[in-house]
Amino acid sequence: MMAETLRTSRVREWARSRWRDWVITLAAFVLALIVGAILMIAADPAVSSNFAYLFTAPGLALGAAWTKVSTAYAALLNGAIGSPEALAATTAAAAPLICAGLAVGLAFRAGLFNIGAQGQAIVASMAAAYVGFAWSLPPVVHLVVAVAAGLIVGGVWGGLVGWLKARTGAHEVIVTIMMNYLAAGLLAWTLTTTAFQRPGRADPISPEVPDSAAFPQLWGQLHLGFFVALAAAVAVGWLLERSTVGFAIRAVGANPSAAGTAGMNVGTTTIVTMTIAGALAGLAGVQAALGPSVNGVPVPLTEGLVGTVGFDAITVALLGRSRPLGIVLAGLLFGGLSAGGLAMQSVAQTPLTLTLVLQALVVLFVAAPQLVATLVPFLKARKTRVSLTGVDA
Amino acid sequence: MTSSTSSPPAESAGLQLKGITKTFGSFVANDAIDLDVRPGEIHCLLGENGAGKSTLMNVLYGLYQPDGGQIVIDGTPRQFADPKQAMAAGIGMVHQHFMLVEVFSVAENLILGREPGLVVDMKTARATVRELSARYGLPVDPDAVIEDLPVGIQQRVEILKALANDAKYLIFDEPTAVLTPQEIDELMVVMQNLRDEGRGIVFITHKLREVRAIADRITVLRRGRVVGQAEPGTSEQELARLMVGRAVDLSVDKEHAAPGAVRLEVSGLTVANAAGAVVVDGIDFEVSGGEILCIAGVQGNGQSELADALLGNAAVLSGRIELDGVDISHATPRQTIVAGMGFVPEDRQHDGFIGSFTIAENLVLNRYDRPPFASGLSLDLRAIDRNAVALRDEFDIRTPDVRNLGSSLSGGNAQKAVLARELSRDLSVLVASQPTRGVDVGAIEFLHKRIVAERDRGTAVLLVSTELEEVEALADRVLVMYRGTVVGIVAPDTPRDVLGMMMAGVPYDEAVALVRDAEQGEGE
Repeated sequence: MMAETLRTSRVREWARSRWRDWVITLAAFVLALIVGAILMIAADPAVSSNFAYLFTAPGLALGAAWTKVSTAYAALLNGAIGSPEALAATTAAAAPLICAGLAVGLAFRAGLFNIGAQGQAIVASMAAAYVGFAWSLPPVVHLVVAVAAGLIVGGVWGGLVGWLKARTGAHEVIVTIMMNYLAAGLLAWTLTTTAFQRPGRADPISPEVPDSAAFPQLWGQLHLGFFVALAAAVAVGWLLERSTVGFAIRAVGANPSAAGTAGMNVGTTTIVTMTIAGALAGLAGVQAALGPSVNGVPVPLTEGLVGTVGFDAITVALLGRSRPLGIVLAGLLFGGLSAGGLAMQSVAQTPLTLTLVLQALVVLFVAAPQLVATLVPFLKARKTRVSLTGVDA
Repeated sequence: MTSSTSSPPAESAGLQLKGITKTFGSFVANDAIDLDVRPGEIHCLLGENGAGKSTLMNVLYGLYQPDGGQIVIDGTPRQFADPKQAMAAGIGMVHQHFMLVEVFSVAENLILGREPGLVVDMKTARATVRELSARYGLPVDPDAVIEDLPVGIQQRVEILKALANDAKYLIFDEPTAVLTPQEIDELMVVMQNLRDEGRGIVFITHKLREVRAIADRITVLRRGRVVGQAEPGTSEQELARLMVGRAVDLSVDKEHAAPGAVRLEVSGLTVANAAGAVVVDGIDFEVSGGEILCIAGVQGNGQSELADALLGNAAVLSGRIELDGVDISHATPRQTIVAGMGFVPEDRQHDGFIGSFTIAENLVLNRYDRPPFASGLSLDLRAIDRNAVALRDEFDIRTPDVRNLGSSLSGGNAQKAVLARELSRDLSVLVASQPTRGVDVGAIEFLHKRIVAERDRGTAVLLVSTELEEVEALADRVLVMYRGTVVGIVAPDTPRDVLGMMMAGVPYDEAVALVRDAEQGEGE
């Protein structure tokens, strides 16, 4: 009975503490959509010009604005979750974001700000792609070896930062930023070497990764990599909440001097955390390098292959509150935004960059929970006042 | 109460809190509390941690808005939306955790928040510091940077800040918790001076000796309510009974020590601090199983670094530490913990406890990775919970749920949890630094009993304390430290005068002779 009451009160406690997070995140998303709508109206000359006649012909201005905004958001929603194909596209976009988000989130829990997910993803994508196009192995083995190569190289790249911090006290933010430059430069250079450059090409592009080393396509754009990302999230969840390593990571993150007094080795924990984080960010790079063919054309290694996944990961981790479940949901949200953004662009002629603005706004409002917390009751209070006066009248 | 606004000022002069109620959710921190403070008196607010003293004062200082009740100053009802308004009404506060900018100088801190324009007039600020220092006997260098100053001096700066605002009513929130015995005596004199000048002083504390020494009136709080007023002459036992709600045994019952074999042996130990300065200088001592050796001394004479070195958390330059015959001079904290060292750190919040961890997690902080709490890499959460529930019951850690955050515990309960964590292991040596600092009377009684019980189990106990009462109550032998060296090892019934002199570096024989001479001088 003791255990039972313990568990129920724990669940209640958990629900209470999460509830606020959910409300703030949802409110942030709604606020971002509202600001996005205003931007859309302002940016479209045909629509905004109607606002010159706002007072003479309000119907025209508001009608045009409503059409514009509703079309755009409907397209966004449609492109993200409107059809099985759209959902599959969302998972494909979300998978690397989830992996890299875990890399940033895990480091956050150890009190480390890992800005280096970008570089870790780049070097891992190089390793995975190289194993993919340069080695010839049987199908399943080829994929496993290529993924492992990416994880190891990403882990070493991240672990190096942890080692430097533990050994010399070098701040991880500075070191990871510099390692990002190193990784980008390394990629640009290797793509001009004979080992990496596709024979007969003058531009920096690698040979194609054969299907034996690519994540198998399951349905539409949905491929095995998405489930690998989910497995990684479960693994990180177990690591943080159920393992001794995670206990030390959280302890060092929360209070390093108490952790040290209790016998934990702060330096070792830093190295372990950054190594795991590097491997997770590496998995994001691996997802990019070993993704299945798009329209029958395999994706080769190029300078822009991983995009800005390492930086988007910071926003994903922030939005997900550095918790695995939160990061998965945030990754799906951003994956959906980027998949839906393409649809929004083609249907409502909204620039693709607007989805980036939306993402940034969501994070801005989440990162400033105080702002949202101030805005929400304000809106609520206004509503009650309006309804009260309505009753009075 | 009906005539409060029309009564003559002479009668209404003073600060009155009427029926102050403050709730946090369903928790009633202050339940209709009445308190009045007259100019020229020291009014002690006595109560255990969590009794609602600090909440009440935060209401008075404008940090919290009361849910009910009234603040009346010199006959006028007042409401404070923030501390600025409270300060303007003549209320000053000396916080328990100082509100000073550490990298600023004394003078800069003094004008902080009161800068008249864009130009900072440092000349006037310095002059103000000097003037106030001289007037109240609080010498402080206006140009000294806060972080370089000892705690006692930092507190003076807090007091000066309040005085610079010409506060008529001064709140001292547990001011002695961080002070050495000498600093406490100095503070008492300052408080008396301020009272004699006609200021009203609220002195929040849970130390009974201080209350008896200085209070003009005493109000006792328990669980958010006023449970009684007491006269300054009230006995410590009676005050403790009011405060805790039951009779409290202030003396520690302990049998004579039955020391066994030497379990901790320290020889020629020299330790450097983080800055590289030698702070423990070639000291030797040994502690046997079944005895308590107290390290007495004024704060900052190397005791903290000695304790850290024993744990393996400080740079040992030379010398040897042996635990049960095994050399641990250069072991890591983990190794010494596994070897059987129990460690209660001096700064509980900083080194002993993780506020954002659950109580259950804190209770296994230094053995979470060993059976029965872990097998391989996997934590056994049930075992961790079971351990916590068992220790909560055994050590009377007051919390509704061991899965609550560590930060939800009051100071005394957090300290019980730290001690519970250490004592629940099989120890060879227990090193406890300031185990009862900032802890209420009821908890002190309990902590002392547990430490003595641990001694009786055959553990060698090394206790670092700056409180002489504690040293006298617990020690089997007393080692006095001064500037990193051992002045002498003496019996616990050594007179306080002698101990006091030894704490200033005078060897035992000389100290005894000096005290005898002084007594004879008085006698003649």
